[in-house]
Amino acid sequence: MIDKRVATVAEALADVKDGSVVLLGGFGVVGQPQQLLEGLLAQGARDLTIVSNNAGFGSPGLPKLFASGRVAKLICSFPRPTPPAFEELYRSGKIKLEVVPQGTIAERIRAAAVGVPAFYTPTSVGTRLGEGKETRDFDGRTYVMERALHADVALIQAWRADRWGNLTYRGTGRNFNPVMAMAAKLTIVQTRHMVELGDLDPEQVVTPGIFVDRVVLVDSPDPPPA
Amino acid sequence: MSTAEQIRQLSRTEMAARLARDIPDGWYVNLGLGLPTLIPDYIPEGREVVFHSENGVLGMGPLPPKDAVDTWLVNATKQNITLLKGASLFHHADSFGMIRGGHLDLCVLGAYEVAENGDIANWATNENDAIPAVGGAMDLCSGSRRLWVLMEHTTKEGAPRIVRRCSYPLTAAGVVKRVYTNLAALEVTPDGFTVLDMAPGLSFESLQARTEAKLHRQA
Repeated sequence: MIDKRVATVAEALADVKDGSVVLLGGFGVVGQPQQLLEGLLAQGARDLTIVSNNAGFGSPGLPKLFASGRVAKLICSFPRPTPPAFEELYRSGKIKLEVVPQGTIAERIRAAAVGVPAFYTPTSVGTRLGEGKETRDFDGRTYVMERALHADVALIQAWRADRWGNLTYRGTGRNFNPVMAMAAKLTIVQTRHMVELGDLDPEQVVTPGIFVDRVVLVDSPDPPPA
Repeated sequence: MSTAEQIRQLSRTEMAARLARDIPDGWYVNLGLGLPTLIPDYIPEGREVVFHSENGVLGMGPLPPKDAVDTWLVNATKQNITLLKGASLFHHADSFGMIRGGHLDLCVLGAYEVAENGDIANWATNENDAIPAVGGAMDLCSGSRRLWVLMEHTTKEGAPRIVRRCSYPLTAAGVVKRVYTNLAALEVTPDGFTVLDMAPGLSFESLQARTEAKLHRQA
């Protein structure tokens, strides 16, 4: 029998190792798995690389993780507004920052998920972010090569889930979550609702359970008004 | 040069309305931060234009009334939004696939500078101490089928922003098709900027005096 449900956040995160690359779903706080972030803080893994669209402004959990000193690197498209905890570490050289165009982050993650080691994109050609990257011309246009972004762990916020790990999302809380769920060796999901197998309409499932390893039911609040 | 009194510069809303007039029925459009967010209010009656938000929305509607906010719905600036009938939601790789794949008819962004070769600088200044942040700007500039820029013609101090070559770091090279400012609408052609129209009371010479790049009259 397949049952990916786990009882607690602590159990879901128990074996996250030092040095892990962690994909963190969410666009701002919407779709960001707050309880898994808090759990990761409590769990104590160090030397983490966090992949997140933003640096955690307005997020209860992410600035705390930075402040704990356990994040070695942030891969991010838009680290502004910048939470003070991150700014301080960045200014003192205690955290690395890799700024990547938003669509390139998404595609690097997708590439890792679908077995594509690298791809060419027009984004960043001729700019500071494209400097030093391998380029190639196709049909008269120049592209830069980008590598797949593989990860050890993905932390995902879903709206509904079943014991096979099939997922749906709510509103724009979907954002990076479905591609991140596909791309990590260990995909951990916090869900607002746990439903019986068969309750999710197969036509409506966004993330098929094959990509998911653990699901924990968390009574998380709605995002704050913005 | 004409005196400031004789020239009626376009207000921010008039700039948005001027650009909106050029968006045809049926286009799929992404709007950047700042001035471009004013555009939806000025789409001429009877035209159906679908607005895209990079975080996974097609069919974005107006901001919600305070008593009917769904906090799970945000736009690229992370403001709460509404969805129109016919809207769809999708994940980030699909959203940027729409952008990069040339599926959007138009993207309208603000900018610091636009150059006569179509280069755009809108993501970073030359200050070295700022924490770098690019968001979706490079993807939108490189990927959209058409890139139009909506911006003030000069800086507050009167320095040109329509230039020969950008002095700020580029967001993308050779991609801007049109620029709409408080003084003029300009088309980027292989020969440089062609003036489509100008603010009331403004002469071609006066516009040229406020523009670093060489301007061309429409043939």
